[in-house]
Amino acid sequence: MMKKLKNSSWKAFLYLLPAILFLGFFMVYPLIDVFVYSFEEGYNSASQTFYGVGMYNYSYVLHDPYFLQAVKNTFILVIITVPLSTGLALLISVGLSSIRALKNLFQTVYFLPYVTNTLAVGLVFMILFKKTAYSDGLINLFLHWFGAGPVDFIDGPYWAKMFVLCFYTVWIVMPFKILILTSALSSVNPQYYQAAKVDGTSKMRTFFRITLPMISPMIFYLVITGFIGAFKAYSDAVALFGTNLNAAGMNTIVGYVYDMLYGDSGGYPSYASAAAILLFAIVLTITCINLLISKKKVQY
Amino acid sequence: MEVVLQNLTKKFPSRDKKNHEDVIAVNDFTFTIPDGKLIGLLGPSGCGKSTTLNLISGLQKPTSGKIFFGEDDVTELPPENRGIGLVFQNYALYPHLTVKKNILFPLQNLKGRDKLSKEEMLEKAYAAAKLVQIDGLMDRKPGELSGGQQQRVAIARALVKMPRVLLLDEPLSNLDARLRLQTREEIRRIQRETKITTIFVTHDQEEAMSISDMIVVMKEGVVQQIGKPQEVYDDPTNLFVAKFLGTPPINVFEGRVKDEKLMIGDEAVLTVSGVKDQEVYVGIRPEGYVLQENGPFSCNLSGVEVMGRDISVVCTNAACMSQTVRAIIGTEYKVDPDDQTVRFSLKPEKVFLFRKDTEERIRFE
Repeated sequence: MMKKLKNSSWKAFLYLLPAILFLGFFMVYPLIDVFVYSFEEGYNSASQTFYGVGMYNYSYVLHDPYFLQAVKNTFILVIITVPLSTGLALLISVGLSSIRALKNLFQTVYFLPYVTNTLAVGLVFMILFKKTAYSDGLINLFLHWFGAGPVDFIDGPYWAKMFVLCFYTVWIVMPFKILILTSALSSVNPQYYQAAKVDGTSKMRTFFRITLPMISPMIFYLVITGFIGAFKAYSDAVALFGTNLNAAGMNTIVGYVYDMLYGDSGGYPSYASAAAILLFAIVLTITCINLLISKKKVQY
Repeated sequence: MEVVLQNLTKKFPSRDKKNHEDVIAVNDFTFTIPDGKLIGLLGPSGCGKSTTLNLISGLQKPTSGKIFFGEDDVTELPPENRGIGLVFQNYALYPHLTVKKNILFPLQNLKGRDKLSKEEMLEKAYAAAKLVQIDGLMDRKPGELSGGQQQRVAIARALVKMPRVLLLDEPLSNLDARLRLQTREEIRRIQRETKITTIFVTHDQEEAMSISDMIVVMKEGVVQQIGKPQEVYDDPTNLFVAKFLGTPPINVFEGRVKDEKLMIGDEAVLTVSGVKDQEVYVGIRPEGYVLQENGPFSCNLSGVEVMGRDISVVCTNAACMSQTVRAIIGTEYKVDPDDQTVRFSLKPEKVFLFRKDTEERIRFE
């Protein structure tokens, strides 16, 4: 019996072998490698040499103003876009599930950004927001009607650029959240609403005491994946501000890692590794906090 | 609270694209439910009994007709203003709230003049919980309770506001057989104690017969018969009601009346005075057979089942519309299982005649 069991588990591992090898080579090994690089000072990938081992890479990165700017940008992006996009998505989903007419049309409209290419959308946003020598852009036209002066959202002040980046990020992440939340809302048994109605529960109370707790697992799922996604933001900033993000002051942590590897200042895999490990530590911490809170708050 | 239904009709638009005729779920239902009684709405699935309940609760609006609670016309009132308690088939307890919070939920909705203090709410919640005997489970979540306990919580939640009318939708269908027996007596007891007019929906005739003061038998949206359970059982108005009530079910035969004699096959089994010569359906209750050596009605014996309390004689007859005829007789009779045929005489009050065309009852003396 024992022997048979061992035999079959050996077989099971054989079946898993291709996947294990693949994951090992392309996921686990690079992860460990990045960790190792982050401690090797002055590593050169061409000659595979380094000067010494220590914390210098971390010290350099943590004192690099570009990195600090990137961390600041990323945190602002995360703190603004995650709650905003989740809240808006919830509002839109509730609206979508309470209308009957044209529901499918609206669902499609709200889902469109999800299937649209990031860079193409970035181009559209540039046209909307960019101020050129010939035109002030569509948004500035609106602002002008309300008596506000033209603002250069793409090359102008920091808050304007951050506004566009946040706006863009919220817009691009919302379809997925709406999709998840509408399906979560429609999976709530309508009898709960009928029971609440018979008991004379107000609409607000029904929403906060019944609907929200019922879909809370999905909301927390979206918040956690939203945090992770926003921390890894990069392509959105590139789509809006071009590849030289440091010059624009709009770099993100992932952007910083990328620049250290391949950018104009590229060729510093050690610094890139250290920055990547720092990002990993931040995301891990935030996710753990999220999970702890969700364990307390998600009630069933 | 007396509940009056006046020509209540509910039509649903047809979903069938070729056939635009409306589906009539409830057709011209008129009935006065007396105050403080337990009423069973009974019928096969799709007969409109749940729709009737939804109309009374206000979750659905009738196409025509009126509903009164006592003197008040509630036809246009939304459910929350009708003063009803509703227990759903799957209980619809809020899974994220404890039993206590579930029962408190309706009370916390009260506003303005009716608003209660925290202490009053708790007092009422505990009173309701005590009534259904779940006061020891107040801090559990519904997921940690058995089906029967969840049912009680649902009833407590429906009762906590002391509704004028309590409505139960298939209250026992999610319970296992033993709990079902227990719970139905429990519902009876709670109803007796609170004296709240209670209407419940079921497809199980035994359930309805056992606890209702009155039953309403429905078929395809039309009320077939209303009455006390025993009266309906003893005096069905048509073949459908006769077939729907009773376990084991009534045996139906094809027969005819000739010279005031009821013929099944070639045998004249009963004298039926005052009935014209015609083809009929004959319904005979299982307890309507009397074993008699030279009785007028003969069947081919296929088996004898001894149940302890009584004997079930299983036999066949060419004129019977189901495969077997089942007669229930007392244990004082002895049936030899090796016999080829058995002979019965019939109790006239257990034999019902129905017209072949309309399936309406034909009465005889």
